[in-house]
Amino acid sequence: MSVLLDISHIDMEFPTPKGPFTALRDVDLKIQQGEFVSLIGHSGCGKSTVLNVVAGLYQATRGGVILNGKEVTEPGPERAVVFQNHSLLPWLTAYENVELAVKQVFGKSKSKAEMRQWIEHNLELVHMSHAMHKRPGEISGGMKQRVGIARALAMQPKVLLMDEPFGALDALTRAHMQDSLMEIQAELNNTVIMITHDVDEAVLLSDRIVMMTNGPAATIGEILDVNLERPRHRLELADDVQYNQYRAKVLKFLHERHSKTDVPTTRSMAQKTETTASAMKKDSTSVPESVDNAA
Amino acid sequence: MNTTTVNTGKFYGFRLPQLNSIWLSNAIRLVALPLAGILAFLLLWSVTAQKIDTSLGKFPGPSAVMEQFDALYSEHQRSREKEHAFYERQEARNAKRVAEDPSYVPKIRAYTGKETFVDQIVTSLITVMSGFLLAVAIAIPLGIAVGLSKTLNSAVNPIVQIFKPVSPLAWLPLVTMVVSALYTTPEPLVAKSFLNSMITVTLCCLWPMVINTAVGVAGIDSDLVNVSKVLRLPALRHVQKIVLPASVPMIFTGMRLSLGVAWMVLIAAEMLAQNPGLGKFVWDEFQNGSSDSLARIMAAVLVIGFIGFLLDRGMLALQKLVSWDNSAAQ
Repeated sequence: MSVLLDISHIDMEFPTPKGPFTALRDVDLKIQQGEFVSLIGHSGCGKSTVLNVVAGLYQATRGGVILNGKEVTEPGPERAVVFQNHSLLPWLTAYENVELAVKQVFGKSKSKAEMRQWIEHNLELVHMSHAMHKRPGEISGGMKQRVGIARALAMQPKVLLMDEPFGALDALTRAHMQDSLMEIQAELNNTVIMITHDVDEAVLLSDRIVMMTNGPAATIGEILDVNLERPRHRLELADDVQYNQYRAKVLKFLHERHSKTDVPTTRSMAQKTETTASAMKKDSTSVPESVDNAA
Repeated sequence: MNTTTVNTGKFYGFRLPQLNSIWLSNAIRLVALPLAGILAFLLLWSVTAQKIDTSLGKFPGPSAVMEQFDALYSEHQRSREKEHAFYERQEARNAKRVAEDPSYVPKIRAYTGKETFVDQIVTSLITVMSGFLLAVAIAIPLGIAVGLSKTLNSAVNPIVQIFKPVSPLAWLPLVTMVVSALYTTPEPLVAKSFLNSMITVTLCCLWPMVINTAVGVAGIDSDLVNVSKVLRLPALRHVQKIVLPASVPMIFTGMRLSLGVAWMVLIAAEMLAQNPGLGKFVWDEFQNGSSDSLARIMAAVLVIGFIGFLLDRGMLALQKLVSWDNSAAQ
């Protein structure tokens, strides 16, 4: 399979009154068609920044994002985003929310009847047909997120970007949503980048887990290939040795990164990142299924 | 409440007093206490009024004001009868002349009696709504533009802040002179006094709407703005589909504030501009100085207050009707 999305050596700096704050340094990742990639890391490590750069909502300070051979310069429906807090328009029904996206993307290429069918099809896909004429205020958090996903899917994106899509949901609803997402993924085989800080979610859903170091100047620490058979079932996996090994690896990474207390400040960062970068290379040699595979 | 009584039929007798007391406390809160407040006010008013002597006699108490309400209403009815009779006479006269001479084209003259209190209320309402709607037409587009653009906001904000606290009485002379200079059609569609009052109202009630609309637009959830960016909505569609609905609650809050300001300003403007509305009524009665004048002015005060209250409630009802976020409407 070919590389669909090339996140090429991204640096991201934000201007602050005290000088530029480096959020990301040299984030480099290639994603193939149909791959499900999770970004995992501690809060504030810049996962969302990576996603926003891919979405085109931020412009990288250095480096860039290439989708299908074209550089990403602005947001667009071919990189649909599922936001953490659903961000449905509260004055529109579920149907109308999806309709807004569909009209914008397919207004010229599809007839009215086709668009209606397409909207209904997508709401069906996320099991929301029964409540498609309800407004966000009248449905539960999980249902809102389903509509958010339907809206994103309805744009037929080349890459689906999900920013902690289930972070605000309770554990049971989250499990449901993860199962739904796997179902949809099995059917559509989308290319997905999902941000999460739930280790189980990452292992369960992903083909690859990208683990990010702590910010500032966060970058990719390790990449873990998850070679579990699909379809995956959470109950069967609970006792699966390989699954638990993957889980342990991610946990270990997160734990080790978290215990590192000497977080460099903005000024001295240039040198520090050099050292962490070299340290990371050592790390990656100890994990065979890593960056090399991605390239 | 009903379900508890049904489900616990056994305890009906036990529960009833509690239910009763909820009903009772609601009745006390919503009916009895406001009534008591009004009664206490009337009492205080009539007692105090007795003790105030003015050059026009004693300050009117509630009963004197009630009498004037009666008088104003019967004056209105008498005037309507007169008007009716006038048109009947004119019609009969014209019919007669046409019968005598079929080539005669009858002239129809309008009745030129004095405006009644009811006419003046209507004039005031028309004036205030015209001024208010003109302000809406200016303020909401301006507010949206200011809310969307930080640059424009920085440029416009000082002007808004300076003009916002200006009294209508300061605007009125300027408006009067400008209207006199520019509005010089030989057959004016509306009276100058109407225009003067209306424009003064507009100038004063513009600002709360501009500010609230701008704040509402600037405060739109950034996620919703991002949705619009991801969808690549064109600017106009972005305003129509995202900005306008998202800021409707704030826009209506501004409109309510503005309508309140407009009604207050109107009375002062009408007094000075001599627009035949409630303001002119108050002024004329004051100049008139009869023994009834104070009671009639007091009657006008009550009407002004009551109409202001109704306007606010009407605006609130409208807000609830169009707003998706009813928590903003209280």
